[in-house]
Amino acid sequence: MIEMPVPDQRIIAKRASIADRLRKIVPAEQVIHTSEELKAYECDGLNAYRQPPMLVVLPDTTAQVADIMKLCQSEGVPIVPRGSGTSLAGGSLPTADAVVLGLSRMKDVLEIDYENRTIRVQTGITNLAVTGAVQPDGFFYAPDPSSQLACAIGGNIAMNSGGAHCLKYGVTTNNLLGVTMVMADGEVVEFGGAYLDAGGYDFLSLICGSEGQLGICTEATLKILPAAEGARPMLFGFDTNEVAGEAVAAIIRAGLSPVALEFMDKPAITVSENFAKAGYPLDVEALLIVEVEGSEAEIDEQLTRIEAVVAPYKPSTVKRSGNDIESAKIWAGRKAAFGAIGQLADYICLDGCVPLSQLPDVLKQTAELAKKYDLKVANVFHAGDGNLHPLIMYEANDPDSSRKAEELGADLLRLCVEKDGCLTGEHGVGIEKRELMLTQFNERELRQQMAIKDVFDPAWTLNPAKVFPLSLSEPHIDDRRAA
Amino acid sequence: MMDTPDTEEGVAQAVQDAVIDSTPLEIRGAGTRLGLGRPLQAARTISLKALDGVTLYEPGELTLVAQAGMTLKALDDLLEGENQQLTFEPPDHRALLGTSGEPTLGGAIAVAASGPRRLRMGAARDAILGLRYVNGEGDILRAGGRVMKNVTGYDVPKLMCGAYGTLGVITEIGLKVMPKSEIVKTVAIAGLSDGKAISALAAALAMPCDVSAAAHLPDTVSRELGFSEAATLLRVEGFETQAAYRIERLIEALAAFGAVVEIHSDPWVAIRDVMMFAGDDRAVWRISMKATDAPLLVASLREQIDVEAFYDWGGGLVWLACEEGRDASAVAIRKTLAGFGGHATLMRASDAVRAAVPVFEPEIAPIATLSAGLKSRFDPAGILNPGRMRA
Repeated sequence: MIEMPVPDQRIIAKRASIADRLRKIVPAEQVIHTSEELKAYECDGLNAYRQPPMLVVLPDTTAQVADIMKLCQSEGVPIVPRGSGTSLAGGSLPTADAVVLGLSRMKDVLEIDYENRTIRVQTGITNLAVTGAVQPDGFFYAPDPSSQLACAIGGNIAMNSGGAHCLKYGVTTNNLLGVTMVMADGEVVEFGGAYLDAGGYDFLSLICGSEGQLGICTEATLKILPAAEGARPMLFGFDTNEVAGEAVAAIIRAGLSPVALEFMDKPAITVSENFAKAGYPLDVEALLIVEVEGSEAEIDEQLTRIEAVVAPYKPSTVKRSGNDIESAKIWAGRKAAFGAIGQLADYICLDGCVPLSQLPDVLKQTAELAKKYDLKVANVFHAGDGNLHPLIMYEANDPDSSRKAEELGADLLRLCVEKDGCLTGEHGVGIEKRELMLTQFNERELRQQMAIKDVFDPAWTLNPAKVFPLSLSEPHIDDRRAA
Repeated sequence: MMDTPDTEEGVAQAVQDAVIDSTPLEIRGAGTRLGLGRPLQAARTISLKALDGVTLYEPGELTLVAQAGMTLKALDDLLEGENQQLTFEPPDHRALLGTSGEPTLGGAIAVAASGPRRLRMGAARDAILGLRYVNGEGDILRAGGRVMKNVTGYDVPKLMCGAYGTLGVITEIGLKVMPKSEIVKTVAIAGLSDGKAISALAAALAMPCDVSAAAHLPDTVSRELGFSEAATLLRVEGFETQAAYRIERLIEALAAFGAVVEIHSDPWVAIRDVMMFAGDDRAVWRISMKATDAPLLVASLREQIDVEAFYDWGGGLVWLACEEGRDASAVAIRKTLAGFGGHATLMRASDAVRAAVPVFEPEIAPIATLSAGLKSRFDPAGILNPGRMRA
């Protein structure tokens, strides 16, 4: 079990007065205080961990966020920022003495500038709504986490979110040009802007992926890109994971730059096929979905080249989509995978990343570890960039099963680090991987990162108990308060 | 005193020695970019030149890890062997700054040197997967890693890029590299005004043609590269049929601006290295701003000072040359730019002018506080390239 810090009873004792003062900043109905309503904010996508916050506040403007920050700072109240609450890492798990600052009312598109290919939004807007705002004019916003229908840009910035199409277009940090950020003390600061690089230190890089621990971004300027004329996938089946892994490396090396390169292993294929009837072969060990984009002629040429590169690896199935219906069918199984597995069991979705050359070995060891814990693991992931998403199936109502699933998850992430990879490719550390940080970094390296937080949030009140192991952060905070 | 350690431990030792003496430490690679930033007086110098090995190169993973002192030439040769290249097309500043030696990877990363392909493939910071560095206390630290996606902890590697060695001594860098295209072609439209040219570039960049570079050279500047009038340039890459198709689409879409013709010389190295302003004694500025505002800025400056300009990154990067004088027209340039938004960096001027004029855009108070805070936490003794970025 992952521990959370002991809530500060002195803060909880001030709850009524803090609620009153928040009601002077935002309309009364935007301060959530009843236990029934607070329950909606007790967890995020990592729903094995739940803790209702002391209060929730839902501001409409940057000025209100600034006033809320000033109030909380003066009272020493921890703030947990929340976009849509889809984090799979517990990135917005509250503490009992915290105010959750929700961005859900701040959803406006502020400016679209096609000539400079930028969009300015409030950060409570969903990822898909950004693309939705520019799609009629032939543009899109590139990062596409699978929760894109629900997840907020604010959360994407906090976690530096990726997605299936990041292979070609990069993750959030590569598509973020500027933010308006409210600092811990309530000061509103602009970082970057509607231009390609910022002057001085690259603060935008630090802010993106800082898991809401350096400040709260209320507005963002994002890059938008012209959408390709079309896109089409191709499906390959292989007899072993190893060969499928080699084929992935061959495609990347050949410079064929697919927009997506997705991998499914046998357990994932079986579950998805039974659920979605996508027409996947059931006699293969691994499937690759490779998608390319461009004009019809470009698509054909790229797919032909990919087929030629993959041929030496003797795929047992080769299926090229010829039209939109066939494309949808190939994607149907992949897109249904998580839902299909969810129908069978509770699952934990991991997010390690490894070098491509390590993929086959990591998959093999994953299967061995799953066997050791007597749990099922399905693998559906972004193979082009080595970003694994093992889905560990377990029973949430069975404490023994939950414990085993968590232990297996930790073992698998340690394996990724051992293989020269990392704990998290796109979901973030949150609370989930906090205690594993010392497997990837040594104490000095983490202390150097903690020093960055000291600079932005001297009192350490922003998104407490995330990212850093409590064994390091708690004494550090005590030392700072004593000094 | 110049120290040229050939191990990371040697670098750490040099930093620790400087801490003990409280002596400022100048950090350099081959020294080809020492003219960037503010001039530095340091009793000790550390050169990374001897740390020049390749730690790992996996062409099938588009991943390269090399030590900071590796020369870009050696790196290019290595990548060339696998038909690959760096994503960010780092400029070579030797001609502009009148320096010699072989530029190093560490130097390019420390000054965030990004060339024309930045528009399509991202800047130097976007290519960085991870790095190793020595902080101002002499600790050898890792940040990031060598995998393509990594959100494990704060993104310290990108912070180090463009910090001019003021936060740490970079010893090793992990990079994402890219395959070379089969075909690289350049098309041009002749004789456009700055405003029309930037509109033409914007129209091209709004199309899914994967344009990998977009620049405009006004009349006098274009002549330096052998054009007879203003040249608006687009670089297109891909497979043969793909490149041909994309050019066809651009010709069609840009017809209203003029004839789009393929040119058979490669202007991009000269644009990357700002060759048009090399070899004279004018001050040179680099301005990052909104592309559509760029011609307005230049027009306004032309009314105030004698200035020559050209545009890269679709107009989002403006290069200016003006008389050096006492302040390289810093006041006029920054005051005019403030009306649009963006930032200006003085890229070439005498030591005296770079000591007197803020080389980097002055920071607003809260950001200056953060910068100073970071500096004090990465380099508590203030010995790493002190004053290189800010007085």
